[in-house]
Amino acid sequence: MNPEERHIFSVLVENRFGVLARVAGLFSGRGFNIDSLNVAETHDKSISHITLVTHGDAQIIEQIYHHLNRLIDVIEVTDLSTGTHVERELVIIKIATDDPQKRTEILQVAEVFRGRVIDMKPTSLVLEITGDEGKLKAAIDIFNTYGILELSRTGKIAMLRGSEK
Amino acid sequence: MELSGAQILIDGLKREGVEYIFGVNGGAAMPIFDALYSEQDIKLIPMRHEQGASHAADGYARATGDVGVVLATSGPGATNLVTGIATAYMDSIPMVAITGQVFTHYIGSDAFQECDVIGVTRPVCKHSYLIKDTDEIADVVAEAFHIAKTGKPGPVIIDIAKDAQIREALFQYPETVDIRSYKPQVHGDPVQIEKAAALIKEAKRPMLYAGGGVVLANASEELRQLTLNTQIPITVTLMGLGAFPETHPLAMEMPGMHGSCCANYAFTDADLVIAVGARFDDRVTGDLSKFAPNAKKIHIDIDASCIGKNVPVDVPIVGDAKNVLTELNKQVGATDIDPWRAQIQEWKQKYPFEYEQKGDKVMPQFVIEQIYKHYSDAIVVADVGQHQMWAAQYFKFTEPRQWLNSGGLGTMGFSLPGAIGAQLGCPDKTVVNINGDGSYIMTIQELVPAVTMKLPLKVFIINNMYLGMVRQWQELFHGKRYSAVDYHDNPDFALLAEAFGATGLRVEHPEDVEPALQKAKGINDGPVVIDFIVDEEENVFPMVPAGAGLGDVIRGLS
Repeated sequence: MNPEERHIFSVLVENRFGVLARVAGLFSGRGFNIDSLNVAETHDKSISHITLVTHGDAQIIEQIYHHLNRLIDVIEVTDLSTGTHVERELVIIKIATDDPQKRTEILQVAEVFRGRVIDMKPTSLVLEITGDEGKLKAAIDIFNTYGILELSRTGKIAMLRGSEK
Repeated sequence: MELSGAQILIDGLKREGVEYIFGVNGGAAMPIFDALYSEQDIKLIPMRHEQGASHAADGYARATGDVGVVLATSGPGATNLVTGIATAYMDSIPMVAITGQVFTHYIGSDAFQECDVIGVTRPVCKHSYLIKDTDEIADVVAEAFHIAKTGKPGPVIIDIAKDAQIREALFQYPETVDIRSYKPQVHGDPVQIEKAAALIKEAKRPMLYAGGGVVLANASEELRQLTLNTQIPITVTLMGLGAFPETHPLAMEMPGMHGSCCANYAFTDADLVIAVGARFDDRVTGDLSKFAPNAKKIHIDIDASCIGKNVPVDVPIVGDAKNVLTELNKQVGATDIDPWRAQIQEWKQKYPFEYEQKGDKVMPQFVIEQIYKHYSDAIVVADVGQHQMWAAQYFKFTEPRQWLNSGGLGTMGFSLPGAIGAQLGCPDKTVVNINGDGSYIMTIQELVPAVTMKLPLKVFIINNMYLGMVRQWQELFHGKRYSAVDYHDNPDFALLAEAFGATGLRVEHPEDVEPALQKAKGINDGPVVIDFIVDEEENVFPMVPAGAGLGDVIRGLS
């Protein structure tokens, strides 16, 4: 068994009905893994950008690349892991704040991660944090000790740096 | 002038040069069938089941190289097409499947005969379109044909809502098709081709391994030139049979599970395998860890995802087989591999396909030999099972598109409707359908249109009263526990043929085989069905058991 690697694919697709199902169906049908998936329209309304995080050995990754390219609605596939890239993810976390002391502490921790409070109620608050995978993991680990009520994350979005395209 | 969506569709098909549409009518496709009613340039062929219609369109495409077209209604009509679409997809056959869909405002409401056809067919087609707007029809038809026949060919689905068929719009057919996200790579990388040529020059034990891609790319001439110029021995897969003449001394015949010992031993000993339009299918390679262990591999394929999928490749060349072979032919010449060729000849002489005559039984292999003797120039459409393997082994194919079968999906029931499509596509050829008793009855209803059209099909049933290939595996691997394979309760196929209005003959003795075949030759005003009652428990050999390496081929039971 060859070592498994994590890869981030940036996939430009026609912004058309059913394209996401074709991409997702390709992964489920061929037994490839999706660790995270993000889809949204780009500045060009006819094109959507999919950022897809997957893992597998080198042969699987190559297959994923070719099979994505084979889909008729796929305009361009880039394996970002082969170049230097920037990546971000956004997470929103709802945390219980049953006593004021705890709330203060949570706000201090949020400061460390440059989190923003986007909602606050007497017994809970919602934080927004962006960053790369490592930072988000660290933040979630800490907030877990305070009792996370709800968590939702976007999945990774990424692109190559500078003129690498 | 404004035309109905259905008429725009038909006019688009005419622009694409469509001769035949195979179909079964139904509610959501009625406007299209109505437009075909008075159509002169396209002939509508009403089939008896949508699966049969899809195989007929597929058979037409395989025999002619043109796009086959099938038409069905929504819901069950469309789901009945799925087996045929998947069959075409696995063998990369260019096909356009048109389905009616319920009215736009009913879509998603679980309406009568509604089915998400796009969803159901997604994993078994090259691409698909749902049309809700009449204005889209012309562009979609042009794109669908372009996609179906270029690159790696395959089936494309056009699902059209009934209101889009009825509403009117201007007919403006695109002169060219340009899809920004679809640019098949047809020219091989020159650097890679040079590397391949260098490997071919160095090799001491090279072999060519050609598949259905050579037929699809119409590259048989280029393949022959490469083989003859280099004098490298060649094996052609089940899907490629005829791409290189099996009668030639360099031909090692088919490889794989039921292939020739020569081809399988060659893989095991070769130092270079040159794969052209073949995909290292499990039925060819056997246990991958033992497959061609000493060989470098050159792989020429139009589909990049096919290269390196099963077997690591040293020189991948993505491109159309015709283009790549043309370039490669400029760079290679005679090879200095006499000892290897002598070894191949020795295997060929020593291990031909052979069988034993059992008493006065009609041996299935004997029937195929006799069919070959009388119909060597025919297009042979085989079904799936033991008879398919015997036909592949004992009929010597010399031309591409002479041998049609469902190799990838292995669809029983393909061949009778497939033969109808082939006969319509090639009216001047004799079309022989070699069928099994199990597969024949799966689509037997398509004898009706064959009779109606007076097609001179030769339907030869190799009848061993069993689902023979499964029975063989049960005999060898399941302690002869013949679960659900006993077909002795099948009807008398000769009598049944007569009931359909065809000619039916039954052959039970070896001496009657030849006269029956002679008689069939003279019957050309409709199909003739010969039911050959053959030895019930004959097995297909050689055989590489599932999971074994090619070198471990079982040559026979004795």
